[in-house]
Amino acid sequence: MSENGNPNLPVDRALTEGRVPDRTSAGVPELHEVDCPAELRERIEQLMSRYPDRRSASIPALWAVQERYGWCTPEGIRQAAAVMRVTPGYLESVASFYDLLHTEAVGSHRIEVCTNISCWMRGGDELLDAFRAAAEGDEDFYVTGFECLGACDIAPMASIDQRYYGPLEAAEAGIAIAQLKADAEVLPAKDQARRPLAGDTPNPGGGAGA
Amino acid sequence: MPDPRETRVLLEHAEDPALRTIAGYKGYGGYATLERSYREMEQDEVLKELEDSGLRGRGGAGFSMGKKASFLPRGEMAKYLCCNADESEPGAFKDRELMQRNPHQLIEGIAIAALAADAGHAFIFIRGEYDAQADILDAAVAEAYEAGYLGTNILSTHRDLELVVHRGAGAYICGEETALLDALEGKRGNPRLKPPFPAVQGLYGGPTLINNVETLSNVPRIVANGAEWFRGFGTEQSPGTKVVSISGGVRRPGNYEVELGIPTRELIYGLAGGPREGREIKAFFPGGSSSPVLTAAEGLDLPYSFEAMAEAGSMLGSGSIIVADDRVSIPHLALRTARFYHHESCGKCTPCREGTNWTVKMLERMVHGEATPMDLDIVSSVQENIIGHCLCVLGDSMAMPVGAMVRKFRDEFEQVMAAAGPPLDDETRLAAVQGPAETLGASI
Repeated sequence: MSENGNPNLPVDRALTEGRVPDRTSAGVPELHEVDCPAELRERIEQLMSRYPDRRSASIPALWAVQERYGWCTPEGIRQAAAVMRVTPGYLESVASFYDLLHTEAVGSHRIEVCTNISCWMRGGDELLDAFRAAAEGDEDFYVTGFECLGACDIAPMASIDQRYYGPLEAAEAGIAIAQLKADAEVLPAKDQARRPLAGDTPNPGGGAGA
Repeated sequence: MPDPRETRVLLEHAEDPALRTIAGYKGYGGYATLERSYREMEQDEVLKELEDSGLRGRGGAGFSMGKKASFLPRGEMAKYLCCNADESEPGAFKDRELMQRNPHQLIEGIAIAALAADAGHAFIFIRGEYDAQADILDAAVAEAYEAGYLGTNILSTHRDLELVVHRGAGAYICGEETALLDALEGKRGNPRLKPPFPAVQGLYGGPTLINNVETLSNVPRIVANGAEWFRGFGTEQSPGTKVVSISGGVRRPGNYEVELGIPTRELIYGLAGGPREGREIKAFFPGGSSSPVLTAAEGLDLPYSFEAMAEAGSMLGSGSIIVADDRVSIPHLALRTARFYHHESCGKCTPCREGTNWTVKMLERMVHGEATPMDLDIVSSVQENIIGHCLCVLGDSMAMPVGAMVRKFRDEFEQVMAAAGPPLDDETRLAAVQGPAETLGASI
């Protein structure tokens, strides 16, 4: 029994190597081992400086990786891990928890169509189908159904490249995709930011339940 | 122009886009209360005003905000304030509007609440989907730093406050206050065991006050006008105004600010225009998708207040009404609700992880006509066994509305099951439960 052992324990099982948390930096990649672009490194360092504990910057750092590479690539995660002094596995575990962080390649335009209660009642499922059909076969577009986006006032709605649009007719899915392809402004009349506080919403129809 | 039936306090001048800028906000008298409180008020004075006002948390639980702040221990340790802007409850979209239209009101509220909590570091945890609103907040926070309302030695009073806008990345569970803390510490957003409550041991292990956007947005006016002024709105137990999000089967969905205690009928029919032509209201969620549904007959004539909704066996929650008209099939609505919680369950506690999973499977069987007659009772018992058995209330938030739907609309569930054909005979049912995987796979 070692001198720090608990005398109440028959053997000092609690003190075997395997029970001691790994506090070494093994597994944390060194900066020279990863080819981290200077801007990304500076961005993450600036993010870390905002918090009393550097690890708080993990989600913002992953956003920065995603912005740079289009998704949270294994190499991008290694770069962020090297800057943050955490293991890539740690950042990967964080990235995989959150719906907006992608650990697999996705298209550069991201369309999230709300299919939660209020949007479903007003045709959210049909809108999702319309977006899927309009974007079919084009790898630039990532279309997915999404849980409540917090915009039930403009149901059915979609978040297109992180901006909200609604209430949308199914036919407007194709228009939006064409506008994105042409690099034009997307559905200006349906931009949530331009909507008055509360008011009449045209009834876009759509089925609800049986 | 606001509807005359509204009482706009938080949303006053909200139609003016200039309100977003510090100059516009100050033009309407903004930041005067911050200046006065930082220069002239002690921690206890601010705290007393908040406690006396009776302001109840607007995020869902409805707990007294002043009391929550008073739970923080005193002393030299680092304390934190977190603004919960993770609004992800289906049906809720009021915080989005408050941040988008009047970000400085929130910042001023945070700064004054930080006095009450003696916090030196504050965070706004905003859901990642609200990217436009986070950009607006970033700009407003920068303006507030520039004007000397944030930072070190604010207005030369030797008081400091750092404020950081922290974007989440898409997880409903992060609206649960302890999961929010884990996410803010850079981890997966799993709820923590309570106690210790965040007021004692929260962010980075320090005492932490966590309040919703709307709660904190109320603070400047309460401190400016006094607790008595605030109590002049609403009811004895639910003072103040409330921004109510109304959506679903109504003509004019949107946010309406009203005095608490207003008849629910006035909200749904008067302000939101009632159901669409030829439709009737079947049921509604009075406080977001986590609140047990009320039938039209039960709920429409109740006052819209914390106490009246609790008495009716539901809750005011975040103040988000979702209306289901007579076209909506309640079993399908239950399935849609359950799927949300199944997707968002963090997986830490078994009753929630498994309960939401099996509830979805059973409801799917029902609407696809593959249910066994006992499934309805099993669904009910699963709901009962989730409630109160997890670290947080995510599982309860499914169990309460789904349980209420099965209880109140049992005939509809039975109809859906009957419409799919005669009940399965014992042999088929047994085969479905015990049989080879392909039997189940083919049917689900």
